[in-house]
Amino acid sequence: MNPLSVVVRTICNVFAWFMIVFGSYVIVHGHLSPGGGFQGGAIVATFMVLLLVAHGGKRFLDWVREGLFSAAESIGLLIFLGAGLLGMSTTFFYNFLAKSGGLFGSPVPLGSNPGVLNSAGTVALMNLAVGIEVVAGLSFIIIYMFKGIRIELDEEDEGHGR
Amino acid sequence: MRGWRILYLVGLMVVCGLFFGALQDIHPFGEPVESAMDDYFIARAQEERAVNNVVTSIVFDYRGFDTLGEGAVLFTAVTSVVALFRKGRS
Repeated sequence: MNPLSVVVRTICNVFAWFMIVFGSYVIVHGHLSPGGGFQGGAIVATFMVLLLVAHGGKRFLDWVREGLFSAAESIGLLIFLGAGLLGMSTTFFYNFLAKSGGLFGSPVPLGSNPGVLNSAGTVALMNLAVGIEVVAGLSFIIIYMFKGIRIELDEEDEGHGR
Repeated sequence: MRGWRILYLVGLMVVCGLFFGALQDIHPFGEPVESAMDDYFIARAQEERAVNNVVTSIVFDYRGFDTLGEGAVLFTAVTSVVALFRKGRS
């Protein structure tokens, strides 16, 4: 896949980062506003597609580190499972962090209120974990699908003697 | 040919009529028939779990096991894509 014109690349360089910021916002504020780990992760993973489309496959593959995504995918799911298992003294997926006073532990006022970021217990933690997992997983899918297409094209080229 | 068209038109009108008839029986928006579960979540989500977003509290807390399944589905999808597109196919 060849890189697009310099206009597209400049726009991508300037504006693609806002996609990461917006996606991180959706992930982190998942327990306060609409959205959450899955939606925000999909937004952040779109950044990788933008890089691939604007800058072409060669530079994209130079930039990305697959091992990082592979590890992040597993770590996200493990954090999610661990947060579920840590509440095992009551039940599986018990929200043991809520209103405990520590991490994500502040109580929220009842009724309509703008929300407290450091609240919601394991809900916020699981949002972050699922966000990490979705970002890594979708980026991994994009990288590997692109690589698979490259293999097919190369073989076709060799086969036709071009 | 023309007869078939008239038959199609009649069938379409019958189906439309059935749908509109069913639409008359639908209960109004925002007034579910059974609302015990919804009322429970809306009343308890803030004081029990300290979550402002009731939908997130259901997805990640009350029914966290469901979300674990979703995460596992995503993991399986990624694994199968990697298995399909990796180098060194035999």
